[in-house]
Amino acid sequence: MPVVQLADSKVWQRRTSRKQFAVWFGWLIGVAIFSYCWQLISNKTIWEFVSDAPEQAADMASRMVPPKWSYMDTLWAPIWDTINIATLGTVIAITIAVPVAFLAARNTTPSAKFVRPVALFIIVSSRSINSLIWALMLVTLIGPGVLAGVVAIGLRSIGFCAKLLYEAIEEIDANQEEAVIATGASRGQQLIYGIVPQIMPAFAGISVFRWDINIRESTVLGLVGAGGIGLQLDASISTLTWTQVSLILLVILATVIVSEWVSAKIRHSII
Amino acid sequence: MEVNWVRVAEGTLRSKRFIMAFFPPDFISRWDSIVDGILESIWMAVTSTVIGIMLSIPVGLGAARNLAYKPVYYACRGILAISRTFPEIILAIFFVKLFGFGPFAGFLALSVGTIGFYGKLLAEDIEAMDPVQAEAVKSVGAGWLQWLNYSIQPQVMPRMIGLGIYRLDINFRESSVVGIVGGGGIGATLLTSFDRYEFDSAAAILLIIIGIVMVLEYSSGYIRKWVQ
Repeated sequence: MPVVQLADSKVWQRRTSRKQFAVWFGWLIGVAIFSYCWQLISNKTIWEFVSDAPEQAADMASRMVPPKWSYMDTLWAPIWDTINIATLGTVIAITIAVPVAFLAARNTTPSAKFVRPVALFIIVSSRSINSLIWALMLVTLIGPGVLAGVVAIGLRSIGFCAKLLYEAIEEIDANQEEAVIATGASRGQQLIYGIVPQIMPAFAGISVFRWDINIRESTVLGLVGAGGIGLQLDASISTLTWTQVSLILLVILATVIVSEWVSAKIRHSII
Repeated sequence: MEVNWVRVAEGTLRSKRFIMAFFPPDFISRWDSIVDGILESIWMAVTSTVIGIMLSIPVGLGAARNLAYKPVYYACRGILAISRTFPEIILAIFFVKLFGFGPFAGFLALSVGTIGFYGKLLAEDIEAMDPVQAEAVKSVGAGWLQWLNYSIQPQVMPRMIGLGIYRLDINFRESSVVGIVGGGGIGATLLTSFDRYEFDSAAAILLIIIGIVMVLEYSSGYIRKWVQ
């Protein structure tokens, strides 16, 4: 136990002095990196704009109230689109993510050398490209509209679902699988009876969780033309009709809260 | 949902040309602006993660049911709920309007997003900790800060460091889109290359983003092992 000699008594210390020094050094490096990055950002910032931000905020807030409630009539269709984008996108993602996850998991992949890296690459590239960027590309490909949004959400979610799912597959209890093999099950039966029942709760939880995230993401896809309520948001911001903007924000807030509540309910009843 | 299948069929032909336009990725002709954008994204990701985590620690402590008094608990949960609701890009739209174009607006949007994410997970982690250890430290006469430092912090630290790195990774990825609405970073470069139909440059940018995310992902695994 590390102790320090103080006068004539020994005092307990949490770390040895060498370790303590290493921790301090780590902090020093961290702070240095942070201040360097901060300085670069601050150089690129026009501080005059920042200093008048409170006035700007007050001005914007005064333009935003009261929300234009009559605009609500035109919002129902985009809200429905938004929910559809999220739901269909999640369905597409799960359909593709399941096989990818089985190919990526160490204990089910047919070949750890060749297939697994490909599956992992699919996962990482789908995860690292934001759904807005997918939408940006897809709008050029299949035209603006809901379909581009659905595909964008789908492509973006594959990585997320597959990653969580393959981690769940890797963490299963091998004994059960072995028991199924011992009864002479084929490879397919082994998957269906040995592995699938074990990952089912995780699978359901992951899909609901992703659906919830997708609702949130599909509200902004319209900013690049991919359908949903974001289209209205973009239009209202560019025409400076702030009363409509505030109504849309309220609607997004409500949708997100409802979807979060629904997904929490479903997850509680599953797990 | 209405799908115009004729349009889809037309698009399939076009998409072949479109996808071919991404190859080969062109790293060279826009290299300078790509490097600028990537660096700016990295600065934004680092600063917003640090500031966001610093701000989220008090909020997260307040939002843990076993630490905070009821009013504080509800206030902190409210803060977390609000900052988690709006996607970073909507926050970025408003921060760009308030603070002007540039990385500062993006940095703020990402920091707010970080508070919601990190604070919530921290609160949940504290609620799930082992109360026996906390009691043991308290029973030797530790003050409140000592109690936090020696009983709670060691319990949540390994997971929180992992989550911090995960958030850095999220912030880097998000910083690639806040640029679309003027919040600085690689997103601006990416949008420009799409607008100019320079898809080969766009492909290069996307590949670089994927590469950096992969590096972050692998290193986060190592760092987590090293911390534990």
